[in-house]
Amino acid sequence: MSSIASPVLKVSQLTKRFGNFTAVDGVSFEMRPGEILGLLGPNGAGKTTTIQMLLGLVTPTSGSIEVFGLDLLMHREAILQQVNFSSTYISMPQSLTVEENLWVVARLYGLSDIAQQIDNVVCKLEMKEFRQKVTRKLSSGQMTRLGLAKAILTKPRILFLDEPTASLDPDVAYMIRALLKDEQRSSGLSILYTSHNMREMEEMSDRIIFLQRGRLVAEGTAQAIVDRFGQTDLEEVFLKLARESTVSLSS
Amino acid sequence: MKLHRIMALIFRHLYLYRRSLPRIMEIFYWPFLDLVIWGFITLYLARYQPQVPGFVTFFLGALILWDILFRAQQGITITFLEELWARNLMNLFASPLKPSEFLAATMAMSVLKVVAVSIVMGICALVFYSYNVLVIGLWLGPFVLNLVITGWIIGVFTTSLIMRFGQEAEVLAWSMVFLFQPISCVFYPIEVLPAWLQGVAWVNPAAHIFEGMRVVLTTGQAPLSHLAWSVGLNGLLLIAVVGWFYRTMAYCKDQGLLVRVGE
Ligand SMILES: Nc1ncnc2c1ncn2[C@@H]1O[C@H](COP(=O)(O)OP(=O)(O)OP(=O)(O)O)[C@@H](O)[C@H]1O
Repeated sequence: MSSIASPVLKVSQLTKRFGNFTAVDGVSFEMRPGEILGLLGPNGAGKTTTIQMLLGLVTPTSGSIEVFGLDLLMHREAILQQVNFSSTYISMPQSLTVEENLWVVARLYGLSDIAQQIDNVVCKLEMKEFRQKVTRKLSSGQMTRLGLAKAILTKPRILFLDEPTASLDPDVAYMIRALLKDEQRSSGLSILYTSHNMREMEEMSDRIIFLQRGRLVAEGTAQAIVDRFGQTDLEEVFLKLARESTVSLSS
Repeated sequence: MKLHRIMALIFRHLYLYRRSLPRIMEIFYWPFLDLVIWGFITLYLARYQPQVPGFVTFFLGALILWDILFRAQQGITITFLEELWARNLMNLFASPLKPSEFLAATMAMSVLKVVAVSIVMGICALVFYSYNVLVIGLWLGPFVLNLVITGWIIGVFTTSLIMRFGQEAEVLAWSMVFLFQPISCVFYPIEVLPAWLQGVAWVNPAAHIFEGMRVVLTTGQAPLSHLAWSVGLNGLLLIAVVGWFYRTMAYCKDQGLLVRVGE
Protein backbone atom coordinates (compact mmCIF):
# COMPACT_ATOMS: atom_id res chain seq x y z
CA MET A 1 0.00 0.00 0.00
CA SER A 2 1.38 3.33 -0.94
CA SER A 3 0.34 6.51 0.78
CA ILE A 4 1.37 8.67 -2.16
CA ALA A 5 -0.78 6.79 -4.68
CA SER A 6 -3.77 8.85 -5.76
CA PRO A 7 -6.89 7.99 -3.77
CA VAL A 8 -9.46 5.56 -5.19
CA LEU A 9 -12.15 7.46 -3.33
CA LYS A 10 -12.22 11.14 -2.55
CA VAL A 11 -15.15 12.59 -0.68
CA SER A 12 -15.32 16.37 -0.30
CA GLN A 13 -17.74 18.28 1.90
CA LEU A 14 -20.39 15.63 1.48
CA THR A 15 -23.73 16.72 2.93
CA LYS A 16 -27.14 15.14 2.95
CA ARG A 17 -30.24 16.84 4.27
CA PHE A 18 -33.65 15.21 4.54
CA GLY A 19 -35.92 18.23 4.91
CA ASN A 20 -34.54 20.19 7.85
CA PHE A 21 -32.59 17.26 9.21
CA THR A 22 -28.93 16.97 8.32
CA ALA A 23 -27.93 13.30 8.22
CA VAL A 24 -24.42 13.86 6.84
CA ASP A 25 -22.75 17.20 7.39
CA GLY A 26 -19.75 18.32 5.34
CA VAL A 27 -17.83 15.05 5.51
CA SER A 28 -14.49 14.84 3.66
CA PHE A 29 -12.14 11.88 3.51
CA GLU A 30 -10.04 9.81 1.14
CA MET A 31 -9.40 6.13 0.67
CA ARG A 32 -6.15 4.93 -0.83
CA PRO A 33 -5.66 1.90 -3.07
CA GLY A 34 -5.52 -1.31 -1.03
CA GLU A 35 -6.62 0.40 2.15
CA ILE A 36 -9.18 -0.87 4.65
CA LEU A 37 -10.95 2.14 6.02
CA GLY A 38 -13.19 1.65 9.04
CA LEU A 39 -16.31 3.79 9.26
CA LEU A 40 -17.35 4.08 12.88
CA GLY A 41 -20.14 5.89 14.62
CA PRO A 42 -23.09 5.39 16.93
CA ASN A 43 -26.58 4.56 15.65
CA GLY A 44 -27.90 7.34 13.43
CA ALA A 45 -24.44 8.87 12.89
CA GLY A 46 -24.89 8.80 9.11
CA LYS A 47 -22.78 5.77 8.13
CA THR A 48 -25.42 4.05 6.02
CA THR A 49 -26.47 7.30 4.37
CA THR A 50 -22.81 7.95 3.49
CA ILE A 51 -22.41 4.48 1.96
CA GLN A 52 -25.66 4.88 0.05
CA MET A 53 -24.40 8.15 -1.41
CA LEU A 54 -21.13 6.43 -2.36
CA LEU A 55 -23.17 3.80 -4.19
CA GLY A 56 -25.25 6.39 -6.02
CA LEU A 57 -28.45 5.30 -4.28
CA VAL A 58 -28.97 8.59 -2.47
CA THR A 59 -28.22 11.94 -4.11
CA PRO A 60 -26.05 14.24 -1.98
CA THR A 61 -27.44 17.68 -1.15
CA SER A 62 -23.98 19.12 -1.73
CA GLY A 63 -20.35 18.07 -1.91
CA SER A 64 -18.64 15.75 -4.33
CA ILE A 65 -17.67 12.09 -4.61
CA GLU A 66 -14.79 11.09 -6.84
CA VAL A 67 -14.10 7.43 -7.46
CA PHE A 68 -10.97 6.44 -9.41
CA GLY A 69 -10.63 10.14 -10.18
CA LEU A 70 -14.08 10.30 -11.81
CA ASP A 71 -17.13 12.12 -10.57
CA LEU A 72 -19.71 9.57 -9.38
CA LEU A 73 -22.74 11.45 -10.67
CA MET A 74 -21.22 11.82 -14.14
CA HIS A 75 -19.65 8.35 -14.49
CA ARG A 76 -22.01 6.18 -12.47
CA GLU A 77 -21.97 3.17 -14.81
CA ALA A 78 -18.19 2.95 -15.24
CA ILE A 79 -17.59 3.40 -11.52
CA LEU A 80 -20.21 0.95 -10.25
CA GLN A 81 -18.81 -1.69 -12.59
CA GLN A 82 -15.73 -1.72 -10.35
CA VAL A 83 -17.44 -1.29 -7.01
CA ASN A 84 -19.55 -3.66 -4.97
CA PHE A 85 -21.12 -3.83 -1.55
CA SER A 86 -22.54 -6.16 0.99
CA SER A 87 -24.79 -5.42 3.90
CA THR A 88 -26.23 -7.67 6.54
CA TYR A 89 -29.49 -5.81 6.06
CA ILE A 90 -29.88 -6.44 2.35
CA SER A 91 -30.88 -9.85 1.10
CA MET A 92 -30.72 -11.55 -2.25
CA PRO A 93 -33.84 -12.83 -4.04
CA GLN A 94 -35.16 -15.54 -1.74
CA SER A 95 -36.78 -17.80 -4.33
CA LEU A 96 -33.60 -18.34 -6.32
CA THR A 97 -30.91 -20.81 -5.35
CA VAL A 98 -27.54 -19.53 -4.18
CA GLU A 99 -26.02 -20.51 -7.50
CA GLU A 100 -28.78 -18.85 -9.56
CA ASN A 101 -28.34 -15.64 -7.59
CA LEU A 102 -24.63 -15.66 -8.31
CA TRP A 103 -25.27 -16.30 -12.02
CA VAL A 104 -27.58 -13.30 -12.17
CA VAL A 105 -24.98 -11.07 -10.51
CA ALA A 106 -22.25 -12.37 -12.82
CA ARG A 107 -24.38 -11.59 -15.88
CA LEU A 108 -25.32 -8.19 -14.52
CA TYR A 109 -21.65 -7.24 -14.28
CA GLY A 110 -20.82 -8.88 -17.60
CA LEU A 111 -18.30 -11.41 -16.23
CA SER A 112 -16.79 -13.97 -18.54
CA ASP A 113 -16.11 -17.58 -17.61
CA ILE A 114 -18.93 -17.36 -15.10
CA ALA A 115 -19.00 -21.00 -13.97
CA GLN A 116 -15.32 -20.89 -13.06
CA GLN A 117 -15.64 -17.59 -11.22
CA ILE A 118 -18.60 -18.87 -9.22
CA ASP A 119 -16.70 -22.06 -8.36
CA ASN A 120 -13.82 -19.94 -7.05
CA VAL A 121 -15.96 -17.76 -4.88
CA VAL A 122 -18.01 -20.69 -3.55
CA CYS A 123 -14.77 -22.39 -2.64
CA LYS A 124 -13.26 -19.29 -1.00
CA LEU A 125 -16.31 -18.69 1.17
CA GLU A 126 -16.85 -22.41 1.91
CA MET A 127 -20.34 -22.38 0.43
CA LYS A 128 -20.23 -25.75 -1.33
CA GLU A 129 -22.73 -27.47 0.91
CA PHE A 130 -25.43 -24.86 0.30
CA ARG A 131 -24.76 -23.62 -3.22
CA GLN A 132 -27.80 -25.48 -4.61
CA LYS A 133 -30.07 -24.46 -1.76
CA VAL A 134 -32.92 -22.02 -2.25
CA THR A 135 -31.83 -18.74 -0.63
CA ARG A 136 -34.96 -18.62 1.57
CA LYS A 137 -33.71 -21.75 3.36
CA LEU A 138 -30.29 -20.37 4.32
CA SER A 139 -29.33 -19.55 7.88
CA SER A 140 -28.53 -15.88 8.54
CA GLY A 141 -24.81 -16.64 8.56
CA GLN A 142 -25.06 -18.44 5.21
CA MET A 143 -27.05 -15.50 3.87
CA THR A 144 -24.28 -13.12 4.93
CA ARG A 145 -21.74 -15.29 3.14
CA LEU A 146 -23.90 -15.20 0.00
CA GLY A 147 -23.97 -11.40 0.24
CA LEU A 148 -20.19 -11.35 0.47
CA ALA A 149 -19.87 -13.86 -2.35
CA LYS A 150 -21.92 -11.65 -4.66
CA ALA A 151 -19.74 -8.70 -3.62
CA ILE A 152 -16.36 -10.30 -4.35
CA LEU A 153 -17.56 -12.31 -7.36
CA THR A 154 -17.46 -9.20 -9.55
CA LYS A 155 -13.81 -8.53 -8.67
CA PRO A 156 -14.40 -4.99 -7.46
CA ARG A 157 -11.62 -2.49 -6.80
CA ILE A 158 -13.64 -0.99 -3.96
CA LEU A 159 -15.89 -2.84 -1.57
CA PHE A 160 -18.37 -1.23 0.81
CA LEU A 161 -19.22 -3.53 3.67
CA ASP A 162 -21.95 -2.67 6.15
CA GLU A 163 -21.43 -4.88 9.23
CA PRO A 164 -20.25 -7.86 7.19
CA THR A 165 -19.68 -10.17 10.15
CA ALA A 166 -22.74 -9.19 12.20
CA SER A 167 -24.52 -12.55 12.10
CA LEU A 168 -21.57 -14.88 11.77
CA ASP A 169 -20.27 -17.32 14.36
CA PRO A 170 -16.70 -16.52 15.53
CA ASP A 171 -15.15 -19.20 13.34
CA VAL A 172 -16.82 -18.01 10.12
CA ALA A 173 -16.27 -14.36 11.09
CA TYR A 174 -12.55 -15.16 11.44
CA MET A 175 -12.57 -16.87 8.05
CA ILE A 176 -14.26 -13.84 6.47
CA ARG A 177 -11.80 -11.39 7.99
CA ALA A 178 -8.90 -13.50 6.77
CA LEU A 179 -10.43 -13.66 3.31
CA LEU A 180 -10.91 -9.90 3.13
CA LYS A 181 -7.34 -9.29 4.26
CA ASP A 182 -6.17 -11.77 1.68
CA GLU A 183 -8.18 -10.04 -1.10
CA GLN A 184 -6.74 -6.73 0.04
CA ARG A 185 -3.19 -8.05 -0.20
CA SER A 186 -3.53 -10.09 -3.38
CA SER A 187 -5.66 -7.80 -5.52
CA GLY A 188 -5.19 -4.40 -3.95
CA LEU A 189 -8.86 -4.25 -2.99
CA SER A 190 -9.88 -1.15 -1.02
CA ILE A 191 -12.56 -1.68 1.59
CA LEU A 192 -14.79 0.75 3.45
CA TYR A 193 -16.02 -1.15 6.44
CA THR A 194 -18.62 -0.51 9.15
CA SER A 195 -18.93 -2.64 12.24
CA HIS A 196 -20.05 -2.26 15.82
CA ASN A 197 -17.39 -4.75 16.88
CA MET A 198 -14.51 -2.54 18.07
CA ARG A 199 -11.96 -5.33 18.30
CA GLU A 200 -12.70 -6.26 14.74
CA MET A 201 -12.38 -2.62 13.70
CA GLU A 202 -8.98 -2.34 15.33
CA GLU A 203 -7.81 -5.60 13.79
CA MET A 204 -9.10 -4.92 10.27
CA SER A 205 -8.74 -1.22 9.62
CA ASP A 206 -5.64 0.55 8.39
CA ARG A 207 -7.39 3.79 9.28
CA ILE A 208 -10.64 4.74 10.88
CA ILE A 209 -13.00 7.64 10.36
CA PHE A 210 -15.43 8.41 13.11
CA LEU A 211 -18.84 9.98 12.43
CA GLN A 212 -20.96 11.59 15.07
CA ARG A 213 -24.34 13.16 14.23
CA GLY A 214 -23.35 13.34 10.60
CA ARG A 215 -20.00 15.05 11.23
CA LEU A 216 -16.56 13.58 10.89
CA VAL A 217 -15.07 13.97 14.37
CA ALA A 218 -11.93 11.86 14.16
CA GLU A 219 -9.72 10.28 11.53
CA GLY A 220 -6.56 8.23 11.78
CA THR A 221 -5.24 4.85 12.84
CA ALA A 222 -7.07 3.14 15.68
CA GLN A 223 -4.17 3.91 18.01
CA ALA A 224 -4.01 7.58 17.01
CA ILE A 225 -7.74 7.97 17.70
CA VAL A 226 -7.46 6.21 21.07
CA ASP A 227 -4.54 8.50 22.01
CA ARG A 228 -6.32 11.63 20.82
CA PHE A 229 -9.32 11.00 23.03
CA GLY A 230 -7.13 9.88 25.95
CA GLN A 231 -8.84 6.49 26.27
CA THR A 232 -7.44 2.99 26.61
CA ASP A 233 -9.08 1.41 23.57
CA LEU A 234 -11.43 2.09 20.67
CA GLU A 235 -14.44 0.79 22.55
CA GLU A 236 -13.98 3.49 25.17
CA VAL A 237 -13.65 6.16 22.51
CA PHE A 238 -16.83 4.87 20.95
CA LEU A 239 -18.72 4.93 24.26
CA LYS A 240 -17.49 8.43 25.04
CA LEU A 241 -18.59 9.81 21.66
CA ALA A 242 -21.85 7.85 21.59
CA ARG A 243 -22.79 9.18 25.06
CA GLU A 244 -21.93 12.71 24.00
CA SER A 245 -24.29 12.24 21.05
CA THR A 246 -27.06 11.02 23.32
CA VAL A 247 -26.58 13.83 25.83
CA SER A 248 -26.57 16.52 23.19
CA LEU A 249 -29.61 15.02 21.46
CA SER A 250 -31.60 14.90 24.69
CA SER A 251 -30.61 18.45 25.62
CA MET B 1 -27.81 0.05 -23.01
CA LYS B 2 -25.99 -3.22 -22.43
CA LEU B 3 -27.71 -6.41 -23.49
CA HIS B 4 -26.00 -8.55 -20.84
CA ARG B 5 -27.52 -6.51 -18.04
CA ILE B 6 -30.99 -6.73 -19.56
CA MET B 7 -30.52 -10.49 -20.03
CA ALA B 8 -29.37 -10.83 -16.41
CA LEU B 9 -32.66 -9.40 -15.21
CA ILE B 10 -34.69 -11.51 -17.61
CA PHE B 11 -32.91 -14.65 -16.39
CA ARG B 12 -33.47 -13.58 -12.79
CA HIS B 13 -37.22 -13.55 -13.43
CA LEU B 14 -37.28 -16.70 -15.50
CA TYR B 15 -35.50 -18.51 -12.63
CA LEU B 16 -38.32 -17.30 -10.43
CA TYR B 17 -40.99 -18.82 -12.64
CA ARG B 18 -39.07 -22.03 -13.11
CA ARG B 19 -39.93 -23.27 -9.67
CA SER B 20 -43.04 -21.35 -8.72
CA LEU B 21 -46.37 -22.88 -9.65
CA PRO B 22 -48.39 -20.04 -8.03
CA ARG B 23 -46.58 -17.49 -10.21
CA ILE B 24 -47.24 -19.48 -13.37
CA MET B 25 -50.87 -19.96 -12.32
CA GLU B 26 -51.17 -16.23 -11.74
CA ILE B 27 -50.37 -15.57 -15.38
CA PHE B 28 -53.01 -17.93 -16.73
CA TYR B 29 -55.66 -18.14 -14.03
CA TRP B 30 -57.47 -14.81 -14.53
CA PRO B 31 -57.36 -14.72 -18.32
CA PHE B 32 -58.68 -18.27 -18.36
CA LEU B 33 -61.51 -17.49 -15.93
CA ASP B 34 -62.37 -14.31 -17.82
CA LEU B 35 -62.61 -16.28 -20.99
CA VAL B 36 -64.82 -18.96 -19.47
CA ILE B 37 -67.24 -16.50 -17.83
CA TRP B 38 -67.42 -13.97 -20.63
CA GLY B 39 -67.52 -16.74 -23.18
CA PHE B 40 -70.67 -18.22 -21.67
CA ILE B 41 -72.29 -14.80 -21.19
CA THR B 42 -71.55 -14.04 -24.81
CA LEU B 43 -73.07 -17.31 -26.00
CA TYR B 44 -76.16 -16.66 -23.90
CA LEU B 45 -76.63 -13.09 -25.14
CA ALA B 46 -75.95 -14.10 -28.71
CA ARG B 47 -78.88 -16.52 -28.48
CA TYR B 48 -81.30 -13.74 -27.51
CA GLN B 49 -79.81 -10.79 -29.32
CA PRO B 50 -79.22 -12.09 -32.82
CA GLN B 51 -79.71 -8.60 -34.24
CA VAL B 52 -76.30 -7.47 -32.92
CA PRO B 53 -73.96 -8.74 -35.63
CA GLY B 54 -70.91 -10.82 -34.75
CA PHE B 55 -71.70 -10.85 -31.04
CA VAL B 56 -69.25 -13.59 -30.16
CA THR B 57 -66.56 -12.07 -32.31
CA PHE B 58 -67.02 -8.69 -30.70
CA PHE B 59 -66.91 -9.85 -27.15
CA LEU B 60 -64.37 -12.63 -27.22
CA GLY B 61 -62.08 -10.67 -29.49
CA ALA B 62 -62.33 -7.67 -27.20
CA LEU B 63 -61.77 -9.81 -24.14
CA ILE B 64 -58.62 -11.39 -25.53
CA LEU B 65 -57.26 -8.02 -26.61
CA TRP B 66 -58.06 -6.50 -23.22
CA ASP B 67 -56.21 -9.31 -21.46
CA ILE B 68 -53.21 -8.63 -23.67
CA LEU B 69 -53.16 -5.03 -22.46
CA PHE B 70 -53.67 -6.14 -18.87
CA ARG B 71 -50.84 -8.72 -19.00
CA ALA B 72 -48.52 -6.22 -20.66
CA GLN B 73 -49.11 -3.83 -17.77
CA GLN B 74 -48.71 -6.57 -15.19
CA GLY B 75 -45.51 -7.73 -16.84
CA ILE B 76 -43.97 -4.39 -15.97
CA THR B 77 -45.47 -3.77 -12.55
CA ILE B 78 -45.19 -7.29 -11.13
CA THR B 79 -41.58 -7.52 -12.29
CA PHE B 80 -40.85 -4.38 -10.27
CA LEU B 81 -42.86 -5.67 -7.32
CA GLU B 82 -40.90 -8.92 -7.34
CA GLU B 83 -37.73 -6.86 -6.83
CA LEU B 84 -39.38 -4.85 -4.11
CA TRP B 85 -40.67 -7.95 -2.30
CA ALA B 86 -37.22 -9.55 -2.56
CA ARG B 87 -35.63 -6.33 -1.25
CA ASN B 88 -33.40 -6.54 -4.28
CA LEU B 89 -33.71 -2.97 -5.56
CA MET B 90 -30.57 -1.88 -3.74
CA ASN B 91 -28.56 -4.72 -5.29
CA LEU B 92 -29.79 -3.69 -8.72
CA PHE B 93 -29.47 0.07 -8.51
CA ALA B 94 -26.07 -0.07 -6.82
CA SER B 95 -24.87 -2.09 -9.82
CA PRO B 96 -24.04 -0.57 -13.23
CA LEU B 97 -27.63 -1.31 -14.31
CA LYS B 98 -29.24 1.77 -15.85
CA PRO B 99 -32.90 2.68 -15.32
CA SER B 100 -33.40 2.31 -19.07
CA GLU B 101 -32.03 -1.25 -18.91
CA PHE B 102 -34.29 -2.00 -15.98
CA LEU B 103 -37.28 -0.76 -17.97
CA ALA B 104 -36.19 -2.70 -21.04
CA ALA B 105 -36.00 -5.91 -18.99
CA THR B 106 -39.46 -5.36 -17.52
CA MET B 107 -40.78 -4.72 -21.03
CA ALA B 108 -39.21 -7.94 -22.25
CA MET B 109 -40.84 -9.82 -19.37
CA SER B 110 -44.10 -8.18 -20.30
CA VAL B 111 -43.79 -9.42 -23.89
CA LEU B 112 -43.03 -12.96 -22.69
CA LYS B 113 -46.14 -12.94 -20.50
CA VAL B 114 -48.30 -11.55 -23.29
CA VAL B 115 -47.11 -14.25 -25.69
CA ALA B 116 -47.86 -16.98 -23.14
CA VAL B 117 -51.32 -15.60 -22.31
CA SER B 118 -52.26 -14.98 -25.93
CA ILE B 119 -51.42 -18.52 -26.93
CA VAL B 120 -53.40 -20.01 -24.05
CA MET B 121 -56.42 -17.75 -24.57
CA GLY B 122 -56.37 -18.19 -28.31
CA ILE B 123 -56.39 -21.96 -27.96
CA CYS B 124 -59.08 -21.94 -25.24
CA ALA B 125 -61.36 -19.70 -27.31
CA LEU B 126 -60.97 -22.03 -30.25
CA VAL B 127 -61.57 -25.20 -28.23
CA PHE B 128 -64.44 -24.00 -26.03
CA TYR B 129 -66.28 -21.57 -28.28
CA SER B 130 -65.01 -22.42 -31.76
CA TYR B 131 -63.84 -18.81 -31.88
CA ASN B 132 -60.77 -18.04 -33.89
CA VAL B 133 -59.18 -14.76 -32.82
CA LEU B 134 -57.51 -14.59 -36.22
CA VAL B 135 -60.86 -13.51 -37.76
CA ILE B 136 -59.71 -10.01 -36.90
CA GLY B 137 -57.27 -10.62 -39.72
CA LEU B 138 -54.06 -8.86 -40.57
CA TRP B 139 -54.91 -5.98 -38.26
CA LEU B 140 -54.46 -8.19 -35.25
CA GLY B 141 -50.68 -7.63 -35.36
CA PRO B 142 -50.72 -3.81 -35.12
CA PHE B 143 -53.62 -3.96 -32.65
CA VAL B 144 -51.68 -6.23 -30.30
CA LEU B 145 -48.49 -4.19 -30.63
CA ASN B 146 -50.32 -1.00 -29.72
CA LEU B 147 -52.14 -2.59 -26.81
CA VAL B 148 -48.85 -3.92 -25.45
CA ILE B 149 -47.41 -0.41 -25.58
CA THR B 150 -50.49 1.01 -23.83
CA GLY B 151 -50.02 -1.72 -21.20
CA TRP B 152 -46.40 -0.60 -20.78
CA ILE B 153 -47.51 3.01 -20.36
CA ILE B 154 -49.93 2.09 -17.58
CA GLY B 155 -47.31 -0.30 -16.12
CA VAL B 156 -44.49 2.26 -15.99
CA PHE B 157 -46.88 4.86 -14.56
CA THR B 158 -48.03 2.46 -11.82
CA THR B 159 -44.47 1.38 -11.08
CA SER B 160 -43.44 5.01 -10.60
CA LEU B 161 -46.30 5.51 -8.14
CA ILE B 162 -45.32 2.40 -6.16
CA MET B 163 -41.68 3.52 -6.12
CA ARG B 164 -42.75 6.93 -4.87
CA PHE B 165 -45.36 5.89 -2.29
CA GLY B 166 -43.94 2.51 -1.26
CA GLN B 167 -45.57 -0.77 -0.53
CA GLU B 168 -48.89 0.81 0.47
CA ALA B 169 -49.41 1.71 -3.17
CA GLU B 170 -48.90 -1.92 -4.19
CA VAL B 171 -52.60 -2.49 -4.76
CA LEU B 172 -52.33 -0.18 -7.79
CA ALA B 173 -50.52 -2.97 -9.60
CA TRP B 174 -53.86 -4.76 -9.95
CA SER B 175 -56.34 -1.91 -9.83
CA MET B 176 -54.84 0.90 -11.92
CA VAL B 177 -55.53 -0.72 -15.27
CA PHE B 178 -59.25 -1.02 -14.45
CA LEU B 179 -59.41 2.72 -14.14
CA PHE B 180 -58.64 2.77 -17.85
CA GLN B 181 -61.10 0.04 -18.77
CA PRO B 182 -64.29 2.19 -18.96
CA ILE B 183 -62.54 4.71 -21.20
CA SER B 184 -60.93 2.01 -23.31
CA CYS B 185 -64.39 1.10 -24.63
CA VAL B 186 -63.46 -2.56 -24.69
CA PHE B 187 -66.94 -4.04 -24.96
CA TYR B 188 -69.00 -1.10 -26.24
CA PRO B 189 -68.54 1.62 -28.84
CA ILE B 190 -67.20 4.96 -27.73
CA GLU B 191 -70.48 6.66 -28.71
CA VAL B 192 -72.29 5.14 -25.71
CA LEU B 193 -70.15 7.25 -23.35
CA PRO B 194 -71.39 10.67 -22.24
CA ALA B 195 -69.95 13.40 -24.44
CA TRP B 196 -67.43 14.69 -21.91
CA LEU B 197 -66.09 11.18 -21.29
CA GLN B 198 -65.76 10.58 -25.01
CA GLY B 199 -63.25 13.44 -25.05
CA VAL B 200 -61.21 11.66 -22.41
CA ALA B 201 -61.50 8.31 -24.16
CA TRP B 202 -60.18 9.72 -27.44
CA VAL B 203 -56.80 10.45 -25.82
CA ASN B 204 -56.57 6.86 -24.65
CA PRO B 205 -54.69 4.87 -27.32
CA ALA B 206 -56.48 1.66 -26.29
CA ALA B 207 -59.91 3.15 -27.11
CA HIS B 208 -58.75 3.67 -30.71
CA ILE B 209 -57.68 0.05 -30.95
CA PHE B 210 -60.99 -1.30 -29.69
CA GLU B 211 -62.87 1.07 -31.98
CA GLY B 212 -60.61 -0.07 -34.78
CA MET B 213 -61.40 -3.68 -34.00
CA ARG B 214 -65.12 -2.98 -34.29
CA VAL B 215 -64.62 -1.18 -37.58
CA VAL B 216 -62.79 -4.19 -38.98
CA LEU B 217 -65.38 -6.65 -37.73
CA THR B 218 -68.46 -4.72 -38.82
CA THR B 219 -67.37 -3.09 -42.08
CA GLY B 220 -64.22 -4.94 -43.00
CA GLN B 221 -62.59 -1.56 -43.69
CA ALA B 222 -59.04 -0.65 -42.78
CA PRO B 223 -59.05 1.19 -39.43
CA LEU B 224 -56.18 3.42 -40.51
CA SER B 225 -57.14 6.61 -38.72
CA HIS B 226 -57.73 4.76 -35.45
CA LEU B 227 -54.36 3.03 -35.81
CA ALA B 228 -52.61 6.29 -36.60
CA TRP B 229 -54.12 7.94 -33.54
CA SER B 230 -53.19 5.01 -31.37
CA VAL B 231 -49.59 4.96 -32.60
CA GLY B 232 -49.24 8.73 -32.14
CA LEU B 233 -50.77 8.77 -28.67
CA ASN B 234 -48.79 5.70 -27.60
CA GLY B 235 -45.55 7.33 -28.74
CA LEU B 236 -46.26 10.55 -26.90
CA LEU B 237 -47.51 8.92 -23.72
CA LEU B 238 -44.64 6.43 -23.63
CA ILE B 239 -42.09 9.23 -23.81
CA ALA B 240 -43.99 11.16 -21.12
CA VAL B 241 -44.30 8.21 -18.78
CA VAL B 242 -40.65 7.17 -19.12
CA GLY B 243 -39.71 10.78 -18.36
CA TRP B 244 -41.96 10.61 -15.31
CA PHE B 245 -40.26 7.34 -14.23
CA TYR B 246 -36.82 9.03 -14.41
CA ARG B 247 -38.12 12.02 -12.45
CA THR B 248 -39.63 9.77 -9.80
CA MET B 249 -36.38 7.87 -9.54
CA ALA B 250 -34.44 11.11 -9.07
CA TYR B 251 -36.94 12.21 -6.44
CA CYS B 252 -36.66 8.87 -4.61
CA LYS B 253 -32.85 9.08 -4.66
CA ASP B 254 -33.06 12.58 -3.28
CA GLN B 255 -35.41 11.58 -0.48
CA GLY B 256 -33.56 8.33 0.25
CA LEU B 257 -36.70 6.38 -0.71
CA LEU B 258 -35.15 4.08 -3.28
CA VAL B 259 -33.40 2.00 -0.63
CA ARG B 260 -36.43 2.06 1.67
CA VAL B 261 -39.18 1.41 -0.81
CA GLY B 262 -39.63 -2.21 0.31
CA GLU B 263 -39.72 -1.38 3.99
N1 LIG C 1 -34.67 8.69 3.86
C1 LIG C 1 -34.53 9.31 5.03
N2 LIG C 1 -35.38 10.28 5.39
C2 LIG C 1 -35.23 10.94 6.57
N3 LIG C 1 -34.25 10.68 7.46
C3 LIG C 1 -33.36 9.72 7.15
C4 LIG C 1 -33.46 8.98 5.94
N4 LIG C 1 -32.42 8.09 5.91
C5 LIG C 1 -31.74 8.27 7.06
N5 LIG C 1 -32.30 9.24 7.81
C6 LIG C 1 -31.83 9.72 9.11
O1 LIG C 1 -30.47 10.04 9.00
C7 LIG C 1 -29.76 9.69 10.18
C8 LIG C 1 -28.57 8.82 9.83
O2 LIG C 1 -29.07 7.56 9.45
P1 LIG C 1 -28.10 6.38 9.02
O3 LIG C 1 -28.96 5.21 8.66
O4 LIG C 1 -27.18 6.87 7.98
O5 LIG C 1 -27.30 6.10 10.36
P2 LIG C 1 -26.24 4.95 10.69
O6 LIG C 1 -25.01 5.63 11.18
O7 LIG C 1 -26.08 4.03 9.57
O8 LIG C 1 -26.98 4.22 11.91
P3 LIG C 1 -27.01 2.65 12.31
O9 LIG C 1 -25.73 2.35 12.99
O10 LIG C 1 -28.17 2.63 13.26
O11 LIG C 1 -27.25 1.86 11.08
C9 LIG C 1 -30.78 9.01 11.10
O12 LIG C 1 -31.21 9.94 12.06
C10 LIG C 1 -31.91 8.64 10.17
O13 LIG C 1 -33.16 8.66 10.83
